Order: sequence, then C-alpha cells, then structure tokens
Amino acid sequence: MKRILIVAALAVPAVVGFFGFPSWADTSEKLVVTGSSTIAPLIAEIAKRFEQRNPDVRVDVQTGGSSRGISDARNGLADIGMVSRALKPEETDLSSHTLARDGITLIVHASNPVTALTGEQVVGIYTGRIQSWEAAGGADAPITVVNKAEGRSTLELFLGYFQLKADEVKPSVVIGDNEQGVKIVAGNPDAIGYVSVGSAGYSATHGVPIKLLPLDGVAASAETVADGSFPLARPLVLVTKPRPANPLVRPFLDLALSGEVDDLILALSFVPLR
Amino acid sequence: MLAAALRAAAFVCGAFVVLMVLFVLRESWPALREIGLSRFFADASWHPQGGAAAGTFGLVPMITASLALSAGAMALAAPLGLLCALFCTDYAPPGLAAAFRRLMEVLAGIPSVVYGFWGLVVLVPLINRWQPPGASLLAGILVLALMILPTMALLAQTAIATVPADYRRGAAALGLTRMGTLWGVVLPAARSGLYTAALLAVGRAIGETMAVLMVCGNVVRSPSSLFAPVRALTANIALEMAYALDDHRSALFVSGLMLAAVIVVLVLAAERLNRRVVHD
Repeated sequence: MKRILIVAALAVPAVVGFFGFPSWADTSEKLVVTGSSTIAPLIAEIAKRFEQRNPDVRVDVQTGGSSRGISDARNGLADIGMVSRALKPEETDLSSHTLARDGITLIVHASNPVTALTGEQVVGIYTGRIQSWEAAGGADAPITVVNKAEGRSTLELFLGYFQLKADEVKPSVVIGDNEQGVKIVAGNPDAIGYVSVGSAGYSATHGVPIKLLPLDGVAASAETVADGSFPLARPLVLVTKPRPANPLVRPFLDLALSGEVDDLILALSFVPLR
Repeated sequence: MLAAALRAAAFVCGAFVVLMVLFVLRESWPALREIGLSRFFADASWHPQGGAAAGTFGLVPMITASLALSAGAMALAAPLGLLCALFCTDYAPPGLAAAFRRLMEVLAGIPSVVYGFWGLVVLVPLINRWQPPGASLLAGILVLALMILPTMALLAQTAIATVPADYRRGAAALGLTRMGTLWGVVLPAARSGLYTAALLAVGRAIGETMAVLMVCGNVVRSPSSLFAPVRALTANIALEMAYALDDHRSALFVSGLMLAAVIVVLVLAAERLNRRVVHD
C-alpha cells in the first residue's frame, strides 16, 4: 500500500509535468495566432471582427516575438505566425502575406527642445559617446537611453539600421514592449527611446507627452511609411505553412488582407498597403 | 486510513518540489551541455541572442543585483519591522496594536504589480530628478523594503508573542527597565523566530519579479552605485522568456536554476546561524 502510494505520488505529476496536460476534447473551432507583439493588438481586433461573423470560432492570439511566430507556424504550434519584419531567405519555406507596414521611430519627451538627430548623433547616444543633451543641441542634462530587451525584432531592426552591435549599446533602461517604452519616455524629460511609429503616433495624438523625431530628414508618420520614404520601416507579415491544415486559416486571411480591416489598421496607426 | 492520507499529502508536496527541480534541470540541460556552467560565471556580458557559439552568457551581474536588492531591502525593512513589532507587543495600547496589525496585513496582501506601478509612476520620476535615470537599484530597494516590511513585522510580532510571560515577570522582579527587558530578555528568547521571519522576508525579496522589473531599469551591469540601473535574475527571466528560443531559452532556465541555488545557499546559511545562536 505504502509503496503504491509513493509510486503514484511521483508518477502522476511526472507524467503531467513532462508531457503537458492532455488536451481534453475542445468542441468549438479554434484558430491559434502567435508571434510579434507589435502586430498582436491589430490581429486581436481583426479576430474580434472574425469571431462576430463566425460565432462558433475562437481565435487565440498570443505574443512572443517574431521568431516565435516563425517557429510556431513552422512546427504547427500556431496556425498563423505574426512577423514584424521582412522574411529572411531561410524562412521562405513558409508562405507569407503582407498585412500592413510600420516604421520604427525615435521618441523623446515633448518638452525636449531637440527636433532632429543625425544618424551619427543617434549612434553616439546609444554607444555612450554622447552623454548629455547639450552635445545634441539640447539642454545640459544627462541622457537616459532606453533600449529594448534581447529577442525583440524592433531591437534587431534598430541595430541593423544604425549598424550597431548589441553589445555596443550602453542603455540606462531596458524595456520589454512598446507601451513600457512610451511610459518611460513620457515620465522622463531626458529620455530617448525607439518604438513602432504605430504605438508612438497613437500615444502622441492621445495626449501622452512624447515627440516623434524625424529620421534622415523624413518625418515619422503614416504617410511617409506608406509611400516608402521613411527609411526605418518594415512590413507586418502573416506566415502560414504552404498548405495550412486548419480550414479557418483561409477565411481569416481573406478578411485580414482585404480592405475591410483598413479602419482597424489605421486606428492602431499602422499603415495599410492600399 | 488517516495516516495513509497524510502520508499521501506529504508525498504529493514533496514530489512537486522534486519534479519542479527536475523540470528546470531538464530545460537548462542543453545550455549547460553546450555552453558549459563556467561561462555563465566567466562571460563578461549577457547577449544570449548569438547562441552557444557567438553569444555571451554572464549571470554574475544579475546574481550580484539580486543579492544587492535583497540585502538593501532587508537593511531597511528588518530593523523597521522589528521596531514595529515591539511597538505592537509592548508599547501600543491594545486597540491601536490591533488596528496596526490589521494595517500590516492589508499591506502584505497588496499584489506586487501595484507596488511596481506605484514605483514606476511616483518613485522613479522622483529619483530621476535627483540622480538620473531614476530606474535604479535604490528604487528597487525601496519598493522591496516596503513589500517585505509587513512580512517582517507580522512574523516578528508572532515570535515575540511566544516568549513566555514568566520571562517578563522575572525581568520585572529583577528590576529591569522596559528597555532592558526587551533587549536583554525578550529579543534573545525570540531569536529563533526572528531568524525565521528574516529568512521568509529575504525569500520574498529575492523572488520578487514584477515590481523589480518595473522600477530597476533592467540593464545587465554589476551595480556600481545605488543610482545605477540593475537587472535581477527574476526580471531577466520575465523580460526575455516569452521571446527566447533554443539556447537563449535554455540559458534563461539556467537563470532560474541559479536563483534556486542562491536561495538554497541562503537557507543553509540561515540554518547554521540559527543553530549556533540558539544553542550557544
């Protein structure tokens, strides 16, 4: 008796712990979308619309970064992956659908007198060579450099554009998502950070005291991102297996890629393709 | 029958602890095998994106940060909590003591994300005006101290309350002052319970994630001053786990393993200290 109990006590959690909980039969139809935290709010809105039209369907949107979007779509953990950058050559085994465009913009506090930074100044600030706003045309105050945590595609794109290496950046604060970045810059008059044009534009027009800096003389806005003139821009891509197993994938993509969701894309200040 | 049920309950609890450790070990195994334990101590920085070959995996700055945060928080909360406890047991009128205790219980029940949010919008901008960037070791220490203060105060109070009344009467008969009774008799008699209180408070401080993530700045660097931003081991896991793959993910489980190791070392140290002090 005693031995059986010991074995049971060890075995049951062992099985559950090692193999995950068994998935009990789920009657409603389900679509799983994972990946970039930049795209997730938009997909969540599109999913709401999709669920309204198909009441029996549940769309499960999870964030985890673009790399997770790729790997989940590839190994079938997700039906659709969200990727907030152009696909790399080794990722073309997946079929891709561009949903919208977005740019990455530098933001500073609204009270900061600096109106533009050269690429050299940005590199100087992020590598710690420029420590005070005075050297960049502002007040004599130490710069608070806000950087993104390892693994975010925003970080990869930012570093790639300014040809920086991850270990050269000397940040004062490291953040996770766009929202946190906007909050920190809004609360610190001497901070500089970079977030998606979508998040920054939305916050700036809704009373948050931040300012979007132009890049290479091009203003950061939906227009410049859409016409391709804003240099630090990226496509927002949905990826699936070439032959998706879930029959819901096709109708969901049809909705997401049609002009019918342009209002949602604009509401989140991303840029529609049309 | 009852014995069997109790035995089963104990085994389930024990089994979960063992399995948790096994799971973390299994997940960190690829990193330990391909990167090697020594690099987690020897590497100068934390840039795990490059994978085993090109990345760097130094955990020492984060271990230092976790220890510095807990030590700082304890330096503030332990004396303050002890004094609060003494105030309740020996100085305050019963009504006030009960109200104060209730207040501490409420403080203990507030979720950590609320402390973190308060820290982010009030404390960090305040420190920023004084010593930028504001998000710093100091902000973390202050928020953590506030969080573990009720744990310390409530448990210390319980420990002091278990000191037999005879001890106090004896002290009174010897003509000791109230101060003398407390320092010379009550606190030494309650030592063992006070150490337990401190240990639980440290455990809460070192394991805290959300509040620390929000106020500390999360820069991986050994703390050079109170105003430098730091990243705790817990914050490292929370910040990067959702975005990590392969070696990076596995390295984060090594962070978890390291955190568990730090706590085991603390418990063993406290045990030794406790035994020596109590049985002297």
